[in-house]
Amino acid sequence: MNSSLILRTGTRALVPVFLLVAILVLLRGHNEPGGGFIGGLLAAICVALYEKAFGVDEARRWLRLPPMTIAGIGLAAALLGGLWGVVEHGMFLTGVWPLYEYGPDGWTGWPVGSVLLFDTGVFLVVVGVVAAILFALEEAGIPEDRPEDGEEHS
Amino acid sequence: MILVWPVIIPLAAATLLLLLRKWDGLVRWGSVAFAVALLFAGVVLLDTVLRDGPVAAQLGGWAAPFGITLVADLLSAAMVLITGIVAVAVTIYGLTEIDRTEGWHGHHALVHALLAGVCGAFLTGDIFNLYVWFEVMLIASFGLLVVGGTKKQADGAVKYVGLNLIATLAFLSGVGLLYGIAGTLNMADLGLRLEGRQEETAVLVSAVLLLFAFGAKAAMFPVFFWLPASYHTPSVTTSALFSALLTKVGVYALIRVFTLIYDLDVPLIQSILLYGAILTMVVGVLGAAAQNHFRRILSFHIISQIGYMVLGLALATPAAMLGAIFYLFHHIIVKANLFLIAGAARRMTGSEELKLTGGLYAARPLLAVLFLIPAFSLAGIPPLSGFWAKFLIVDAGLQLRDWLSVIAALGVGLLTIYSMSKIWLEVFWKPHPDGPDAVMGKVPLPMLLPIIALAILTLVIGLAAGIFVDAALVATEQILNPEAYIEAVLGAN
Repeated sequence: MNSSLILRTGTRALVPVFLLVAILVLLRGHNEPGGGFIGGLLAAICVALYEKAFGVDEARRWLRLPPMTIAGIGLAAALLGGLWGVVEHGMFLTGVWPLYEYGPDGWTGWPVGSVLLFDTGVFLVVVGVVAAILFALEEAGIPEDRPEDGEEHS
Repeated sequence: MILVWPVIIPLAAATLLLLLRKWDGLVRWGSVAFAVALLFAGVVLLDTVLRDGPVAAQLGGWAAPFGITLVADLLSAAMVLITGIVAVAVTIYGLTEIDRTEGWHGHHALVHALLAGVCGAFLTGDIFNLYVWFEVMLIASFGLLVVGGTKKQADGAVKYVGLNLIATLAFLSGVGLLYGIAGTLNMADLGLRLEGRQEETAVLVSAVLLLFAFGAKAAMFPVFFWLPASYHTPSVTTSALFSALLTKVGVYALIRVFTLIYDLDVPLIQSILLYGAILTMVVGVLGAAAQNHFRRILSFHIISQIGYMVLGLALATPAAMLGAIFYLFHHIIVKANLFLIAGAARRMTGSEELKLTGGLYAARPLLAVLFLIPAFSLAGIPPLSGFWAKFLIVDAGLQLRDWLSVIAALGVGLLTIYSMSKIWLEVFWKPHPDGPDAVMGKVPLPMLLPIIALAILTLVIGLAAGIFVDAALVATEQILNPEAYIEAVLGAN
């Protein structure tokens, strides 16, 4: 490990804070500026920091799942969030809030539903794709597992 | 919902194929199955639009111009259908061509992510969403370019992404400017609000920014060099998919935006389009004449053919627009097929460098005949589809007495024949430099079937041109008189 002690210590302290902010921005995006995309980018900063401080292998272990699988799960969540609207209202992406009701006291309950599912999906797609690109760039120096093709023809 | 399926199907495909990418056989056939489903969705959509005229859907249930609008007129629906056709052809071809490593790195999922971006771009009724779909296409195509993992591919991908990022940045600036001017991003609404304001400076600046962005996407002169730098590096499956769809999305966006939002009779815009188109045609075909690599020649030909389509748009008469739309359809089929044949020829002869190949006519006469159909069609030899496409454009130029574009169109056609006959002589006619035994193997069935199917389609478009010209005529009328399109989006008022 050739990163500095300051970076490693700072990363340990900053990553939880960044992750909290990322989730806060994700939730805030429901009605205000924010949302899954920008929250995902913030979370991706954590991945980048972790990778710079501890190396690609350690960052992969930290993520537990391969980055593209995270992106795939996110895509699936976003699609399901959209299709939920089809089931309830007959149109893709229509908002569904099963725990949120309008009564005599105004809106009550939790505004949690298809929109949050969709946004969480976007969050995961962004984290997964950024991590995949980052790791791929970082590992580009390692010898390739495939021979060069076509060079002899040109 | 009929409008949503062409976007959901490839998105669902990308998701599943990404999560299941370790199961190689399952993913290969799954990719084909989803492509067939996309084709089916395209058929249903086209059928609906042919019967009912333009249809729109508001995703999320918010009314236009505030919600997410999907809309299809005949042009969009036909483009979705043809995307489905290309998707099926390319995924079947990929059954043998794509190896396990590329599959494991996510090739099949990326193909469907690209298809989702392409279909989304064809169907969206909102210019910002058009930008988003362009980004989806850009990311997916970048992935497809580097999925093989060789240095040459990374080099091509960097050039590709570099110029495309500049183009999308211009696109975004243009969209921002439009939003500032009109306060809306819905394309039908924009069309209404910019009526009578076409000569304002801000409108013209946004138009030129969008023209630059779409021009770069369509590989127009002088922003085409990302295309020949990258199209010959990835797998043949990938480059066939790119050659068929990516630049054509740019042409589609030009047609859509410069008929619905901007007026073409503003002299600045029209002259940029016209001279840009002529230069694109000439530079593309001269570039092709200088190349000696099968797929690089084909790549430069995409550029010159794009010039014809933009020329049709720039001439701006109904006849010319008809030619541009007919050209668009014909070109997608022919170009994809030529790339697929280049891949089969490489498999037989071991190279794509013309001087290292040869002997295919003697060894594989069927493949040679299958090459001649799209090659002659591209060059515009009657009665193939390319002849009618060029005929419509040249005829429109003659009606306008625009001699420059007529001469350019005819001259470029002749030079196209020159480089097609160069491929014929080098790859098919002359003996292989390593002797007749150097041509090895048979064309595997999953490669042969799409090539045959696309060749038959080329013949059908050529021989039954009347039906297709009539359909293109309806599409042209809808493009030039967008009232039905606007009404489908915004409702009657």
